Amino acid sequence: MTSIRGKVHKFESSNIDTDVIVPGQYLKIHDPKELAKHAMEGIDPEFPKKVSAGDFMVCGNNFGCGSSREHAPIALSTVGIKAILAPSFARIFYRNAIDGGYLLPIEIEPETLSKIRDKDVLEINLSQNKIMNITNNESYKMVPFPDLVSQIVEAGGLIYYRDGKKR
Amino acid sequence: MTVTEKILARASGKDRVQPGEVGFVSVDKLMMHDVSGPGVIKVLNEWEKKGKKLDHIWDPEKVWIAEDHFVPNADKVSAENIMTLSRWSKRFGVTKHFKYGLGQYGICHTLSHEEALVLPGQVYVAGDSHTNTTGALGAFAAGLGHTDIAYVLMYGEIWLKVPETLLFKITGTKPNYVMAKDIILKIIGDIGTEGANYKTMQFSGDVVERMSMDERLTLTNMTTEAGAKNGIIEPDSVTESYLRERTTAPYSKILGDSDAKFSEIFHYEIDKLEPTVAKPFSPGNTTAARELQQVEVDRVYIGSCTGAKFEDLQAAAKILKGKKVKVRTEVLPAAQSIYLKVVNQGLANIFIEAGALVGPPTCGACCGAHMGVLGEGEICVSTTNRNFPGRMGDVKSKTYLASPLVAAASALRGKITDPRDILE
Ligand code: SF4
Repeated sequence: MTSIRGKVHKFESSNIDTDVIVPGQYLKIHDPKELAKHAMEGIDPEFPKKVSAGDFMVCGNNFGCGSSREHAPIALSTVGIKAILAPSFARIFYRNAIDGGYLLPIEIEPETLSKIRDKDVLEINLSQNKIMNITNNESYKMVPFPDLVSQIVEAGGLIYYRDGKKR
Repeated sequence: MTVTEKILARASGKDRVQPGEVGFVSVDKLMMHDVSGPGVIKVLNEWEKKGKKLDHIWDPEKVWIAEDHFVPNADKVSAENIMTLSRWSKRFGVTKHFKYGLGQYGICHTLSHEEALVLPGQVYVAGDSHTNTTGALGAFAAGLGHTDIAYVLMYGEIWLKVPETLLFKITGTKPNYVMAKDIILKIIGDIGTEGANYKTMQFSGDVVERMSMDERLTLTNMTTEAGAKNGIIEPDSVTESYLRERTTAPYSKILGDSDAKFSEIFHYEIDKLEPTVAKPFSPGNTTAARELQQVEVDRVYIGSCTGAKFEDLQAAAKILKGKKVKVRTEVLPAAQSIYLKVVNQGLANIFIEAGALVGPPTCGACCGAHMGVLGEGEICVSTTNRNFPGRMGDVKSKTYLASPLVAAASALRGKITDPRDILE
């Protein structure tokens, strides 16, 4: 998985919290498919219909702040999101995404945010820590994962890392 | 090293650790509740299906379970979740399971200190973002998601990045009617909701030294709202006497070195601090309560791990005594032990005579679960810790976060009220 390509769904705002990603009333639901129906419901109830498998989200600072609910990355990955690009993530969301092997939280430089537009197609190269914008031919840097984290990503989640196996 | 660094060094078997280092640490205590627990159990079940051997967990003695978010069972799904949790703790021999309607129970972050389930110097992880609360006891306490908790349940360790520490030195004379809630809201308003992302918020200074444990817990509880990995206060005589009343278990009092390096030091001189409120839709959107005195409210909620500890309820009772509330007001003590004190010490009478509802311990409407969820357009003054859109109910409802004194004063006028305007 060194290189992945996907279409962008852009959410400009900062501090998109887990109450927006999966509202609290659905917390008692644990079926991924049911959760996916409510992904991003707090901002765009139509969102699940707009996503194709492998798409990316590009969002403002501190994405995923709020509660520790793993419902959030589960809903987003089940809907089809493969990576989220943001200048910063809330720490529990970041860990959940990586350790559960749900999707990739990619930290970008703050100036990159305004350069990527809705519906752009991006290619993320994890071995070179580079992002190519196929739509407008730009390229951006991504903040590299720390070594241990990158091994967990490589394995496809924390438990696979422990077993020395890949997902 | 700071106190956080020293705890993490101990837990990773090293002499020293430095901020930014990533590695595994051993865990001393773990908690999950009726929302995170079923999610964790689902992860474990999936691992089992894929061939992981799961005949025992790492250490049933170090694990405890809270039933708090959707209890008493809000509906059929919540009931099933509680049954799943009960079967699981029975299967793995977890005896510290606090069941509602069966003796002591309450909000997880309240039980952690009321029952002294976590001790100074320990590494405590739990399936809830406000796990930071328990750092007031001098422990490293941080929230984790389902996969991470499942992993700790099996192996007793987890990877962490050693956080940088921000030190908040709070000094001066605390004005009357100013509570820890006002201080932490002021700080979050200043540094922003990601001002402490991935970092530790440590509190010190003469104001903190004089603070009771209940008040200290409000400071650490809301470090989550600034994005902090953990909040912490070094253990002192207040910590010791608090724990002495609750446990005989031994612990080692880990303190930071005198030459500890902080990535930033913030000085707060609070002599002139005013009762402070966070407006919708962010805990960082703060202003003085008096600036908002025209805002009419529909509800007042005095509950949660942030604002329904015994001293919070005492503060609210001081305002409500002998008066009548003008808007719907709910008082939900955070644990059964607190509820009992509220009854025994006559606070329940004060609340009920004032016209408020007194209900059982539960997370309830704090997370929009049940027991007073807000409808479209409703405005609530709440002693809780979050006011994101939809947090307490409808996405078009509005929550103003405040201290128990401000919440109670607002209940009397039906408008956001500075307690000084009622009592002085
Ligand atoms: S009272 Fe509110 S903040 Fe505290 S644990 Fe419950 S839902 Fe979370």
